[in-house]
Amino acid sequence: MIYKETGQYKSSYKSDHAIFPLLQDKIAFSTLMFIAFLIIPFVINSYWEKAILVPFLIFSLAAIGLNILTGYCGQVSLGTGGFMAVGAFSTYKIMTYFPDMNIMIIILISGLITAAVGIIFGLPSLRIKGFYLAVATLASQFFLVWLFNKVPWFYNYSDTGQITVSERTMFGIPVTGAEAPSYATYLFCLVLVVTLSFAAKNLIRSKMGRSWMAIRDMDIAAEIIGVPPLKTKLSAFAISSFYIGVAGALYFAVFLGAIEVTESFDIMTISFPVLFMIIIGGLGSMLGSFLGAAFVVTLPIGLKFLMVDMVGLSAVTAKHFEITIWGLLMIVFLIVEPHGLARLWSIAKEKLRRWPFPY
Amino acid sequence: MSLEDLKQIPFGKTVIELKNISLAFGGVKALTDVSFDVKKGEVFAIIGPNGAGKSSMLNVINGFYKPTSGAINFAGTDRNEMEPELAAKSGIARTFQNIALFKGMSTLDNLMTGRLLKQKQNFLMQALYFGPVAKEEEEHRERVERVIDFLDLQSIRRTPVGSLPYGLQKRVELGRALAMEPEILLLDEPMAGMNVEEKQDMSRFVLTVNNELKTTIVLIEHDMGVVMDISDRIVVLDYGKKIGSGLPKEIRNNKTVIDAYLGVSDD
Ligand SMILES: Nc1ncnc2c1ncn2[C@@H]1O[C@H](COP(=O)(O)OP(=O)(O)OP(=O)(O)O)[C@@H](O)[C@H]1O
Ligand SMILES: [Mg+2]
Repeated sequence: MIYKETGQYKSSYKSDHAIFPLLQDKIAFSTLMFIAFLIIPFVINSYWEKAILVPFLIFSLAAIGLNILTGYCGQVSLGTGGFMAVGAFSTYKIMTYFPDMNIMIIILISGLITAAVGIIFGLPSLRIKGFYLAVATLASQFFLVWLFNKVPWFYNYSDTGQITVSERTMFGIPVTGAEAPSYATYLFCLVLVVTLSFAAKNLIRSKMGRSWMAIRDMDIAAEIIGVPPLKTKLSAFAISSFYIGVAGALYFAVFLGAIEVTESFDIMTISFPVLFMIIIGGLGSMLGSFLGAAFVVTLPIGLKFLMVDMVGLSAVTAKHFEITIWGLLMIVFLIVEPHGLARLWSIAKEKLRRWPFPY
Repeated sequence: MSLEDLKQIPFGKTVIELKNISLAFGGVKALTDVSFDVKKGEVFAIIGPNGAGKSSMLNVINGFYKPTSGAINFAGTDRNEMEPELAAKSGIARTFQNIALFKGMSTLDNLMTGRLLKQKQNFLMQALYFGPVAKEEEEHRERVERVIDFLDLQSIRRTPVGSLPYGLQKRVELGRALAMEPEILLLDEPMAGMNVEEKQDMSRFVLTVNNELKTTIVLIEHDMGVVMDISDRIVVLDYGKKIGSGLPKEIRNNKTVIDAYLGVSDD
């Protein structure tokens, strides 16, 4: 009976509709925020920053974005890599043209540009659904990557086709470029992720979220209660792309620093892994977006440790095993637990609530 | 035509008039030259054997199907066809023969979707969940809770509707329509597949809505007992044609209607 809700009566609809209705969840969340903001920045090192925390935060944002579109609004997309590239290249171009603009603002504008692009590529969703829409988004993935490769203006006519970030600061501390300290890049991403997550959760629990879910579950019925299908789907494309664009901007500016579009935003390195995240984490679940991102970011590290360092396999063999394990995991999750890790978590909570009584 | 026009119409006067409606799907004539009118505040029943075109008629009324010919006069305005979104905005709500709920959402959320048209806050405000948004949410939640109380749905508030038994799903679907606070309620076989007790409950709900909220009701139903009991007027369709209309007692004694029903009495 660790998760005891006895005595926690909701006296208003407002408290019943809160993001964390249970006291235990509130405490857990506050503790997590305390550790994230006030402990980790002091103990973080470059390994934790580069290998785990910053990629986890950035991919959480991308996963939230895709979950809004696919998990909440039911529109499958394989274009995540392409949209992240839009965010990255927007940031690069804005940095070139406005050397004095604040990096936070640049990144948010990049999100808005990606949202506009998302609306354009979302237009076919009115006519096509499911598998066919997935193929259409796949086309947009290839088109966008091709575009950023073929038009030299996007990479400022550099010989390599690479784009490289220049140093930008927040409150005098560099957050981009080689000199940026680990705690600064981490905190910069953390602030964006926490703020945007709350915004996403708020959207999901109000009018917008219910319109998305109505379209997802049955678009015909949604229409008869007055939910306009085109507008609603496009709003999901726009907001989803905003999140993915911000993730792409951070991925380039804060995480990698220099990128080459075909390599960094490929369907195999971005689009599929982010889709795995929301399937493994849980479609239509905020918590699932985070769990999925954490899982996908840490599993390769864990597997490498296990297979190369402990068992002594060669790195190449370990990589092959890793790919096999991914495939197996996808199948297992799709068949056994389509609601993902988030569902397993709520089952565990349900058990804790009853513990130590079996019934 | 608007919700306001509809509200202005006095009780007992025509709110929907269907004029010579015909509807064909390729070679299949679902409706042929059907005319009737629905008066404000009444319980109006559409009956007829399977495949008679009853559901098609409801679909024409709320704009789901576009008639091949004919006109619809709604709240004083003539038009060739309706639009589903416009119908919803003008105060028409409906339920479907094969339940059209949002299966992944809870009962509460399904009912809350009935309030979407009335929620006015823009998405930036929603993202911030500022004072006015929270207040609006609460207001609509209160309305929805009234429907939950009325239909006895308290115990399944948080249950995803996909996992509810058939009879309850029908009730939730009625709840979603009621949450829209409609002027006109179109019900497509709300009691199909229910046992006697559930049918009684459902009839009671329909009558209460009609009596107390003064909602106009257009109902399709196969159970003749129920139809004769609760409707004010009836229209009978057979093979897409109107074969009779009038008060329940007139229909009961109508020779053509009896023949049509006897002809299919083996189903
Ligand atoms: N979307 C459609 N496409 C093709 N034919 C249709 C369509 N909708 C209805 N029909 C046809 O129109 C005719 C009338 O169907 P409708 O569903 O209106 O009958 P109904 O009176 O509601 O029957 P039931 O009592 O079985 O519900 C049927 O022959 C049906 O096959
Ligand atoms: Mg029917």
